[in-house]
Amino acid sequence: MTKYQPVIGLEIHAVLETRSKMFDDAPVVDSTHGAPNIAVSPVSAGMPGVLPVINQRAVEYALRVALALDCEIALTSIFERKSYFYPDLPKGYQISQYQHPLARNGELTIHTSQGEQVVRIRRVHIEEDTGKLTHVEEDGENYSLVDLNRAGVPLLEIVTEPDLHSVEAVRAYAYGLRAVLRYLGVNSGNLEKGLLRIEPNISLRPKGSEEMGTRTEIKNLNSFRTLERALSYEIERQTEVLNSGGDIRQQTLGWNEAEQVTVPQRSKEEAEDYRYFPEPDLPPLVLEQSWVDEIRAGLPELPYTKQQRFVQQYQLKQGRAALLVEDQAVAEFFEAAMGAAQDIEARLVANWITGDLFSHMNDSGEDIEDLKLKPANLGTLVQLVSSGEINQPTAKGVLAEMLGSGRSPAEIIEEHGLGQISDTGQIEAMVSEVLAANPDELAEYHAGKEQLAQWFFGQVMRTAQGQANPQLLRMELERQLSESKQ
Amino acid sequence: MSLTLDEVKHIAHLARLELSAEELELYRQQLSSILDHVAQLDELDTADVEPLTSVLAEQSELRVDEPGQALPLDKLLGNAPDTDRDQFKVPPILD
Repeated sequence: MTKYQPVIGLEIHAVLETRSKMFDDAPVVDSTHGAPNIAVSPVSAGMPGVLPVINQRAVEYALRVALALDCEIALTSIFERKSYFYPDLPKGYQISQYQHPLARNGELTIHTSQGEQVVRIRRVHIEEDTGKLTHVEEDGENYSLVDLNRAGVPLLEIVTEPDLHSVEAVRAYAYGLRAVLRYLGVNSGNLEKGLLRIEPNISLRPKGSEEMGTRTEIKNLNSFRTLERALSYEIERQTEVLNSGGDIRQQTLGWNEAEQVTVPQRSKEEAEDYRYFPEPDLPPLVLEQSWVDEIRAGLPELPYTKQQRFVQQYQLKQGRAALLVEDQAVAEFFEAAMGAAQDIEARLVANWITGDLFSHMNDSGEDIEDLKLKPANLGTLVQLVSSGEINQPTAKGVLAEMLGSGRSPAEIIEEHGLGQISDTGQIEAMVSEVLAANPDELAEYHAGKEQLAQWFFGQVMRTAQGQANPQLLRMELERQLSESKQ
Repeated sequence: MSLTLDEVKHIAHLARLELSAEELELYRQQLSSILDHVAQLDELDTADVEPLTSVLAEQSELRVDEPGQALPLDKLLGNAPDTDRDQFKVPPILD
């Protein structure tokens, strides 16, 4: 049906969550709420006569990301001025990196329904954020207000090659990169607050062609859902334009949430002319190789590596492993639960975590670290089900209580007498009691009404208040039914 | 090196300057002669010279990530032509 292949690249801006700004010691505050202009220094306000000084932590965070993405690190990189006029940019230029970025030629491996894919990363560079504009329409007056709390906050720009060819791949990359940033402790991954901004550029080309079509860029997508919807819409829109013989206009688009359509933001007919040149106030950023090596050695096991290890070590499916590794704390919880005892079935532990635990966390708003439930107790619970000491429905109830009180499953089972009856002597007695009490049904059964076996099963279970081990009960019932025939 | 009038117009636009026809021609000549002056550097053979990006120092000093004091609001907004709700007030900007 569709004869085009989408060609998508992503430009991602991640706030490096330092305590002070990129080029001065103004504190970093949550710029989405709170009082305006409370975290602005002369440098981030663009006052004359001030000089920028590079924040070491921001460089360290940037290096963590660049190294985690397997980039080539430039031991000397240069900051440059990107000049344009806009009221949220107090200096009239943004300090960024251009010709000599911190890092180039990296990659991130993702997993989709098509299998494994290596997405190439073109460049990673450091820059500073802008302020925030609010438009006001009041008493017939129109104006904008400028809050500079965000101005000068360190940003990392991560640009891919146009290697992505489906919304699914974009999603896998975006989630994958977010997980990397969170594992590295440099960014909390919040799109709604603008701490992570994902800007796709997209063009279509006839399948099999190597040429690039004219591309559009989509900005201001503040959730993964809008990212996916805007891309799907844009693929469809471009397909229709090309099918009807039209040309794609190169432009920057936004996403209209109410109408669920992409809309032109500003036309790029006038080619951008940022007049980059080396920032005269900042000598080159020169890194010691030993510092880079030290940071590399301190990197944690990264999400994709962990995912593959989970698949290998615990025989989990890719999708399930991906869910577990997305949040490092969840992955740690899983492994701690597995460590509670030998031979715990990993698949079951994963099911409990991604099922009952996730839905509980979703409802309560807790993170996994906040749970009263201790991971080892989850491991024990899974083992109690596997060994037949309690059944699945009982386990659900026990888990709910574990989440509420943090107590161990053994305590809860003991207190409520929830343990499954696996004592063969006890089961034998219960079965013979039920058979003796129902002579008519027993006779009917022997006369050929075999479905009564199930009825007897239910009767015994009722006597046992649902706690008889079902396998043992079924065996014992079959034994006694066939013996009573003679 | 002689600039065209269109180039001068473009440069003026980037700097948000409104220039009269006379000024455009005046600046065209002045900017062209500045470029000619700087172009004398092209006569030097720089094949074996590393590009210099800063005359200040060999490399940047890095700062410890320790927040300090922010500017008090009255200092920050004191020189602004117009303010409202503790913010700079500017002509309407619509995205």
